[in-house]
Amino acid sequence: MSGFDFTVILESLPFLWEGLQLSFFLTFLAIIGGLGFGVLLALARLSGIRALSLVAATYVNLIRSVPLILVIFWFYFLVPLALGRPVGGFQSAVIAFVMFEAAYYSEIMRAGIKSVAKGQVQAAKSTGLGYWRTQRHIVLPQAFRNMIPVLVTQAIILFQDTSLVFVVSLRDFMTVSSIVARTEGRLVEMYLFAAAVYFVICFAGSLAVRRLQSKVAT
Amino acid sequence: MIEIDNISKKYGSFQVLRDCSTSVAKGEVVVVCGPSGSGKSTLIQCVNGLEPVQQGQITVDGIAVTDKKTNLTRLRARIGMVFQHFELYPHMNVLENLCLAQEKVLKRPRAEAVAKAEALIARVGLSDHIHKYPGQLSGGQQQRVAIARSLAMDPIAMLFDEPTSALDPEMINEVLDVMVQLATEGMTMMVVTHEMGFARKVADRVVFMDAGRIVEDRKTEDFFSNPESPRLQDFLSRILHH
Repeated sequence: MSGFDFTVILESLPFLWEGLQLSFFLTFLAIIGGLGFGVLLALARLSGIRALSLVAATYVNLIRSVPLILVIFWFYFLVPLALGRPVGGFQSAVIAFVMFEAAYYSEIMRAGIKSVAKGQVQAAKSTGLGYWRTQRHIVLPQAFRNMIPVLVTQAIILFQDTSLVFVVSLRDFMTVSSIVARTEGRLVEMYLFAAAVYFVICFAGSLAVRRLQSKVAT
Repeated sequence: MIEIDNISKKYGSFQVLRDCSTSVAKGEVVVVCGPSGSGKSTLIQCVNGLEPVQQGQITVDGIAVTDKKTNLTRLRARIGMVFQHFELYPHMNVLENLCLAQEKVLKRPRAEAVAKAEALIARVGLSDHIHKYPGQLSGGQQQRVAIARSLAMDPIAMLFDEPTSALDPEMINEVLDVMVQLATEGMTMMVVTHEMGFARKVADRVVFMDAGRIVEDRKTEDFFSNPESPRLQDFLSRILHH
């Protein structure tokens, strides 16, 4: 082994960038979809309608008791079965992440919704706002605001978790890094670089969380 | 306007309201008072269906609040309610607090809602604060905004649930002044409060509650000059002599 050679990184930057874009894109879609579905799950659990809240609770507990990698596998094999036609690895991964993240986001949002004072709901109701409008204009905006730091923390974890898509042969940043590492025989350099990239992104995220926390506290 | 007919309510095994009956006629001001835990707040929250009752009937403007088929959302839009802790929406400024339900529920065009909001905020003396957020206002100012928010819906009656109990003493009058003004303009009002000065000044009747029952329901002069039950005599002596 003849010393380190970091030029390999420079040479494969376009390839790595493609991988990073996929990681970001997947994270973005999972956040949007997971939050949307997660909010519905949280509302279902808090609805006071027994059957609805039981279904939501079962779903959340089931998903949270299973490793993400398994969920990704499931959807990779199950979605084509359910649809009766093959779907790409990317679509199945997006669905898996959305379904998985929704379970976590729903728990965060449930806490957020509960943190909104009961009087707020009464006030909204007393002006003639119905259930959905009360949620949309009064409860959810406050719940989101209170939960922003936790939601961002969850997004950071999600970003790291996207590296699991290698199991369905998607080329995310981690996968691309290891492809370069192996084909160029530069394992140490590439894995150091990959770690550095994840660190910078996630650490920036946690700094943002800290700033948001102090903002939310005021 | 408001008819409360023999209502009873339990929280679990605790009986909060027992066979309560009273009424508020159009243009009338009725004050509800009583020791804490007597059920007066629960009673007023039953009037617009925020709290369900197990027995009895409540009608507002001829519409049965206690009927499961009644569209409560539509009825509530016509009844104003002011809360002890103001309950302004903290993520919206004063103007938006006043416009939201006007636009979403009454479907007023934006310009009309804004004009209405501005007029009401001016009326409660807070025009300079219309773009502020609730957190930037004092308790008294917040409660005046909350009253204006209810009035923006052109309510047929107003319910007040201890509107001054959470206020510092020096801010109570600014809120009471707005309420007195409303009363003299002929608004139908049901007010849960300990402010006996307010009751004397504007109430047509005063209702006294204790342990979930309506113990006395009298014309204001009689209520103060000639309390019948020992409980009310005791209550009045405690809150009037210090």
